[in-house]
Amino acid sequence: MAFTLTVNGERRTADVDGDTPLLWVLRDTLGLVGAKFGCGAALCGACTVHLDGAPIRACVTPISEIGAKKVTTIEGIGKTPVGAKVQEAWKTIDVPQCGYCQAGQIMSATALLAAKPKPTDADIDEAMNGNLCRCATYIRIKTAIKVAAGQEKA
Amino acid sequence: MDGEIPRDPTRRFVLQSGAAVGGGLLLSFTMTAEGQAAGDSKINAYVRIAPDGKVTIASKIPEVGQGIKTSLPMLIAEEMDVDWSAVTVEQAIADSKIYGRQVAGGSMATTLEYDGLRRVGASVRALLIQAAATRWSVPAASLATEPGFVVHAASKRRASYGELAADAAKLTPPDPKSLTLKDPKAFRIIGQSHKSQNLDAITTGAPLFGIDMRLPGMLYATFAKAPTYGAKVASVDLAPAKAVKGVKDAFVVEGGDNLLSIMPGVAVVADSWWAARKGREALDIKWADHPTAAQSSRGFEAKAAELAKASPHRTLQNDGDVDTALKGAAKTVSAAYSYPFIAHAPMEPQNCTARVENGKVEIWAPTQNPEAGRALVAKALNVDPSAITIHLIRCGGGFGRRLMNDYMVEAAVIASKVAAPVKLVWTREEDIQHDFYRPAGWHNFTAGLDAQGAVVAWKDHFVTFGEGETFSLAAGMNSTQFPGRAVANYRHDVSVMPLGFPTGYLRAPGNNAFGFVIQGFTDELAHAAGKDPVAFRREMLGAPRLLGEPGKGDSFDTGRMRGVLDLAAEMSGWGRKVPKGTGLGVACHYSHLGYVAVVIQATVKDGAIKVDKAWAAVDCGRQIVNPSGAAQQVQGSVLDAIGAALYQGMTFENGAAVNSNFGDFPLLRMADAPPVEVRFKLSDNNPTGLGEPAYPPTPAALVNALFAATGKRIRSLPIGDQLA
Repeated sequence: MAFTLTVNGERRTADVDGDTPLLWVLRDTLGLVGAKFGCGAALCGACTVHLDGAPIRACVTPISEIGAKKVTTIEGIGKTPVGAKVQEAWKTIDVPQCGYCQAGQIMSATALLAAKPKPTDADIDEAMNGNLCRCATYIRIKTAIKVAAGQEKA
Repeated sequence: MDGEIPRDPTRRFVLQSGAAVGGGLLLSFTMTAEGQAAGDSKINAYVRIAPDGKVTIASKIPEVGQGIKTSLPMLIAEEMDVDWSAVTVEQAIADSKIYGRQVAGGSMATTLEYDGLRRVGASVRALLIQAAATRWSVPAASLATEPGFVVHAASKRRASYGELAADAAKLTPPDPKSLTLKDPKAFRIIGQSHKSQNLDAITTGAPLFGIDMRLPGMLYATFAKAPTYGAKVASVDLAPAKAVKGVKDAFVVEGGDNLLSIMPGVAVVADSWWAARKGREALDIKWADHPTAAQSSRGFEAKAAELAKASPHRTLQNDGDVDTALKGAAKTVSAAYSYPFIAHAPMEPQNCTARVENGKVEIWAPTQNPEAGRALVAKALNVDPSAITIHLIRCGGGFGRRLMNDYMVEAAVIASKVAAPVKLVWTREEDIQHDFYRPAGWHNFTAGLDAQGAVVAWKDHFVTFGEGETFSLAAGMNSTQFPGRAVANYRHDVSVMPLGFPTGYLRAPGNNAFGFVIQGFTDELAHAAGKDPVAFRREMLGAPRLLGEPGKGDSFDTGRMRGVLDLAAEMSGWGRKVPKGTGLGVACHYSHLGYVAVVIQATVKDGAIKVDKAWAAVDCGRQIVNPSGAAQQVQGSVLDAIGAALYQGMTFENGAAVNSNFGDFPLLRMADAPPVEVRFKLSDNNPTGLGEPAYPPTPAALVNALFAATGKRIRSLPIGDQLA
């Protein structure tokens, strides 16, 4: 059936089964491949997108549950001031190694800073612990979050 | 755009059919990336220069997160004498005729390319100078370069590289050996930190990775293989899969018995990956019996214990007289160490896109080893290797998994049976259950100490996998591993048992386990000798000297190891007092031409382990090419090893993997990742690679720290709840 979604501020339509995870609607139907497939089970966070500003795992969220909520992906997060700051900090600190998980990391970090502009180390660990990085760029991720928050200089 | 995958990827690379003239460098190859100005001049296979002076440099080695796409082009740019800000990097296509070895493996790219790629850059500079010399009718020797310009000081003339490029492209390149390279003191790019490539695409979600490929008319595929490695399809009802909305086709693929290529299975092809996956779930496949089903983790453990008690199958190294030395020793120490199979689990599941049309095969592959894949695809499809084009796509992690190209063959075979391009994507479960595992192993050590606590005898009965004199892939061991050749009475015995599973190369293959067992046991000897673990290692290393032949990969420089050991001790404040329940552990290991010492501080409270901090001292030669990337590789290796040592182990039953996802095959998470301080000890040796050598000492440094903290010696990985 056809679902109408708001993705990054645009109205989009997807004619898919209701059990199709949002991740695959974004990637295969709408051509937004920034959110990544990592586990399909909400264990790695590579597919993190925002639903009305809150981070969710798109790989386990059926399209039928989205309704009127607004979807924001890595492709659109730079339009928010916090998202733009986080993206910039990621580049300044040169966070990525392979880069595959970083879209999900940036989405989680942006949600954290939108809710807590000056997070503690414990806040960061808690907010980011669902996002795996196999290259283990955690040290630079933490630094980049602090730089984006203005708590540390680049 | 910064993304590696343009909207129409077929436009990106155009191979011209020019014949190779003399050296392979001359085979004509043009990269027509989107946005490329029409007036670019191709100076050689690596460098194009636009009229405005913008330079495009090809990176020959696949990028898997090791940062090679930054560091290798830096070598060319340095010797070209161009500002890094004027450089755009593009990934080269897979073609060994042009580029030679294109393998992201063995930490070998820096080692093998450091001189040659500098000469590529120097050759471009020489051609630009020659073009200016001809234009101005002055001797080439009277010209110099400033970044992006050729200058003639006497007449104060200058011409930009952009102005000279078209002329330079017509000239015959000089003999690379005749070129004079820059004095390292004059380096402006090498040795400075430069950022990762594709940062814009990574941070904005632009198409970049293999899994992001989209071709017009492309279909999506899943491929179901037997849980027991190599089992054939006995029967399957394809109708339920074909009934799933969006599924276009489902079919049995016969496959073969080469674990490196395509195994028997069932393909489902659909108009979306989710539909293909649903189709796969709907299949009820009966798998044929297979002898590997008799193998299991429990069986391996029992067999390893039996072999450990029996006479070794073979003795691979036997220096001096170990048995006599042990009899005369003041103290003997025996310990049995073991480690499990582990999977690579890169964040990007295995995937590949292929199009087979009119006898031509085009492949977009996240691979670390494209030429090996080309050979397998050629065989599987019965086509000439020259009919196969392989585009190298940035890999979402490699760690050695993508040295194997099974998924590439699967994509090509499935695409050959479908009248459309096909993107094959594995599930995470398939990725973990069909890996080429780091082989498990068992080491049975005995060593003897003299009255002064010096090691006078060392033997290791290594129990591993193989048949007769052949080891399973990546299951053998270099018999001259330190302390071989340093201990006078040294024996390396080996016994093997057969294995039906796919095994392969995981980051620092072999060494990722040997570092643990050797440096763990060494720590036990230090304590048995009543000596400080750092001081004991210094004594074992002895005077600075080379063990083995100069220039050989297995030669070992005790002085270089002493250098990093001392540095790690200094960095960590070795010997300082730590609170009860906290301990410092040290380990040092040589692999992939790099010498690394690691100190870890860990705290154990109520059985829960907290890794507080790690310090890594690294000697990889006289020059760090890209300090930012270098530090990342060392930190990543150390943290990778900590995660593996803490949590990771595969379990097998009935010839099949039990673990399935990150729930039962955990990776290190942020809250458990300690800070890692990295320092490089420069030595007068050729620069070598950094993707691997910091991994091997780390698990031992961790278990040694846990011993210091608790008095409990961990001899078997993963550490898991052994302290609980």
